[in-house]
Amino acid sequence: MLTVNLILVLVVLTNLKLLGSSRLGASIRVVAAQGVVLGLLPILAHLHELSLRFALLAAGTIAIKGVVFPWLLFRAVREAEVTRQIEPYVGYVASLIAGVLALGVSFWMCTRLPLPEGIASPWLVPVSFFSIFAGLFLIVSRKRAVSQVLGFLVLENGIYTFGVGVTARTPLLVEAGVLLDVFVAVFVMGITIFHINREFDHIESDRLSTLKD
Amino acid sequence: MILALVILPLVAGLAAFGLARSALRRGVLIGTAVAHAALTAACWASPPAPALAGWLALDAAGLLFLSITSGLFLVVSFYVVGYLGQEANRRATDPEEGFLFDNAPEAVFIGCLLLFLSAMTLVTVSQHFGLLWVAIEATTLASAPLIYFHRHHRSLEATWKYLLICSVGIALALLANFFLNVAAAPADSGGSSMVLSHLVASAPSLQTPWLKAACLLFFVGYGTKMGLAPLHTWLPDAHSEAPSAISALLSGAVLNCAFLGLVRMQQVCVAAGLGDFGRDVWLALGVVSLVVGAIFILGQTDYKRLLAYSSVENMGILAIGVGLGGAGAFGAMLHAVNHSLAKAMLFLLSGNILTRYRSKNISQVRGLLAVAPATGVLWMVGFLAITGTPPFGLFLSKFTILKAAFDGGHVWLAAFFLAFLAIIFIGMTTAFLGMAQGEPPKQTRRDRDLWWQLLPPAVLGLLVLWLGLAVPARLSGVLHQIASTLGGTQ
Amino acid sequence: MRAASFIPLLLALVLSPLLPGIINRVKALFAGRCGPPLLQTYFDLWKLLQKGAVYSRTTTWVFRAGPLVGLAAVLVAAALMPLGNFPALLAFPADFLLFAGLLALTRFFTVLAALDTGSSFEGMGASREVFFSALAEPALLVALATLVRQAGQLSLSSMFGNGFAGQWLEYGPVFGLVVVALMIVLLAENARIPVDDPNTHLELTMIHEVMMLDHSGPDFAFILYGGALKLWLFSALIVGTVLPVTGHAWLNLLLATGGMSVVAVAVGVIESIMARLRLVVVPQLLVGAGALAAMAFLLALTLK
Repeated sequence: MLTVNLILVLVVLTNLKLLGSSRLGASIRVVAAQGVVLGLLPILAHLHELSLRFALLAAGTIAIKGVVFPWLLFRAVREAEVTRQIEPYVGYVASLIAGVLALGVSFWMCTRLPLPEGIASPWLVPVSFFSIFAGLFLIVSRKRAVSQVLGFLVLENGIYTFGVGVTARTPLLVEAGVLLDVFVAVFVMGITIFHINREFDHIESDRLSTLKD
Repeated sequence: MILALVILPLVAGLAAFGLARSALRRGVLIGTAVAHAALTAACWASPPAPALAGWLALDAAGLLFLSITSGLFLVVSFYVVGYLGQEANRRATDPEEGFLFDNAPEAVFIGCLLLFLSAMTLVTVSQHFGLLWVAIEATTLASAPLIYFHRHHRSLEATWKYLLICSVGIALALLANFFLNVAAAPADSGGSSMVLSHLVASAPSLQTPWLKAACLLFFVGYGTKMGLAPLHTWLPDAHSEAPSAISALLSGAVLNCAFLGLVRMQQVCVAAGLGDFGRDVWLALGVVSLVVGAIFILGQTDYKRLLAYSSVENMGILAIGVGLGGAGAFGAMLHAVNHSLAKAMLFLLSGNILTRYRSKNISQVRGLLAVAPATGVLWMVGFLAITGTPPFGLFLSKFTILKAAFDGGHVWLAAFFLAFLAIIFIGMTTAFLGMAQGEPPKQTRRDRDLWWQLLPPAVLGLLVLWLGLAVPARLSGVLHQIASTLGGTQ
Repeated sequence: MRAASFIPLLLALVLSPLLPGIINRVKALFAGRCGPPLLQTYFDLWKLLQKGAVYSRTTTWVFRAGPLVGLAAVLVAAALMPLGNFPALLAFPADFLLFAGLLALTRFFTVLAALDTGSSFEGMGASREVFFSALAEPALLVALATLVRQAGQLSLSSMFGNGFAGQWLEYGPVFGLVVVALMIVLLAENARIPVDDPNTHLELTMIHEVMMLDHSGPDFAFILYGGALKLWLFSALIVGTVLPVTGHAWLNLLLATGGMSVVAVAVGVIESIMARLRLVVVPQLLVGAGALAAMAFLLALTLK
């Protein structure tokens, strides 16, 4: 249980770092690290029922989230030639404070839901909720398209944490389908960002505001 | 047979990416559409056996939405073939801002279109919640390149919004799936099943807090894809910037697929005794969608956005129908069919108008009946259909929902419903009549409409008319079956 | 009050000037120099006490009172801090709040004295110091609250008296986060890199140093000594969280004193390898420390 707790603490720390960080390159690396750390979760959460399926899932997750996604995003960033965040809608200090509040709310929410039995750690569900909140917050408060994709990845990581840690019995097909969908989604988003940059010469999605009523 | 329904478009789509000759590609498109429709018709005749250990099966709701999707795709594919003959691989001038833009390669377009069909089919036949989720996500990803057919900044903006908002929504729906799994966990000692029939059977033993949380998250997740306000913000942009045939498919098929996902969730809730809770949320979202649709239809300047907000409004009506339950649910299902047909017809016609007038602005489109009488007549027919005028089908479905509201004692809701339908009617009348009548601008083309521009919308219009006059017994039986699983007073 | 409870205070009074010496020695070693002797701070204090003080004509009694009250407050705070498993001289429930309050009092009077001079440099440094301390205070309090919760005791002496070593295995991440938060607060409150550079001579970049610029003679000695004591107290917090408490009292004392030097070495290392952060980034660091402490508190809540 200690290693699972350690992983969860690392996940929360990476989320806080993302909320407070202004450097795009560092953010991409942090999200990649979070993905790799979470890739180890299926093995550790189900140590008593270790099987080839968990090992494959872990290997696939680590490969995709730790290698492919950062490569895609770094390519998009390099094309767009941006390294620094522009000032987001919600400042970094305020984002950090909001993150702590979100952490508190997640813990509170979990007192209202009956915990499923056989769960690897009591911190699993709150931390997954926190990742979801953090991901949504990043999508909403950041102006760069790449940062929004990072927020989406964090959101998916949170949902993945919940799924892997809590539901022991979802068939491999669905888990693989989930992974594939995230991969294709990020791939398509990466391509779209490339197009956005080529078209607009920037990747600030808050300046995409021609279409309105 | 079910596997064939899913795999055929998938294989055809992958093949289309590689085919070099455009005539061959378009032939593949039409051929697949026809074959798919034929298989669907065969399913009506003899129900196919479940596949993949019960994960894929065709129940009443699935059959209904599969038919809508398949039929709509068949009709639209003819329009697409003609459209591509005109538009593909050609540098065009943007009507609004006047810059030059390219179109996407035709191979990508047709390939993604067929993959889109495959994904939508998978949604309708999927009985497993996880697989359903994968399929809905696949429809999002397959349709994004379709929206980005015209390569310019507005469509890119629309594509980005569509991609991000729908992906976030669907990610939350994934979380809802996990919640559902947790809710079902203690029931099954051998592993909780996410297959619909198993969940319905073991429904009373599902853990209520998790089930409620799952229900709400499904509403947020699939509601985003369905276009329920306040989650609808991607809809107007995507519909106005995509090619008209794609808008037709988005409004007519994809929104229905998301609706199907929500219907499945409601089926589980009803079986678990949370039917009233679910219906309250349906009603709330439905009313908000109706109001938002009405507000943005009044005074709308872009006719494609007008149609998009009309879709939002109609999704609201669907939600209200399901929220009322019983006869209301029957009306909602009938409305789903009618709305798909009528909205697709209108979007295809809007494509004709756009090609002719080179403007998306309502005030710049005048005298449609004078320059293109066939399109003009069909446009007015479509207007009458979509606003719920008898003898068209939408009148029947809206009337059924209204009657269910009165019968259930929701008098205020019924009054509200009528009031907003009236407001929408007024808003759309000013737009449509203004477009059809009057003097056309000087530079409007006056050539005749081509067959592919007229035949598909005409067919759709005839279908809506037929459904308004007499609902076939088979269809009525299927609708009743679906309504009975959604609970509420009969 | 047993005789043993004088020992933590005595050790603090005697050994605390050693800590700045250790830090400076470590920094010099990193730079490849020999560095000042370890006892340099003692020599400085001795020298300063024998000098006379110069007071500016614009200052009032506040300026003279500042260092005095500051030192007095820190001395009382030192009386509250236990060491090893020796209880502190003063121990009562919720004394950790008084501890934080006394440290705040020190800072308050230092700031008042700085503002009293009427110089703009002092005012600038004072405003920065107060701003950063306002951000660091929640981190300190929440970290202390977490420790209180984990120990189940309300007094510093009883909290650290039992030690937390047994709980590290199960609550490891919680204590790890508390230690990191306390370390960041230590760096901020004692004006160390990455928050403030103690060796800078550019007034525009100073935060804490600039407030001490105008003091001289014994006043300056009091400020130096108070600073060393403050460093000792914060290190004692960290050492108390980390070190186990064995059965032998003198062994504990030895370990604790050794732990203090380790913390000082760590501060020296941090000062040598890091650069000072930009002033606009420091709030992020301090709020980050607060976030870590809050996270530790929340995690501790759910595990209990």
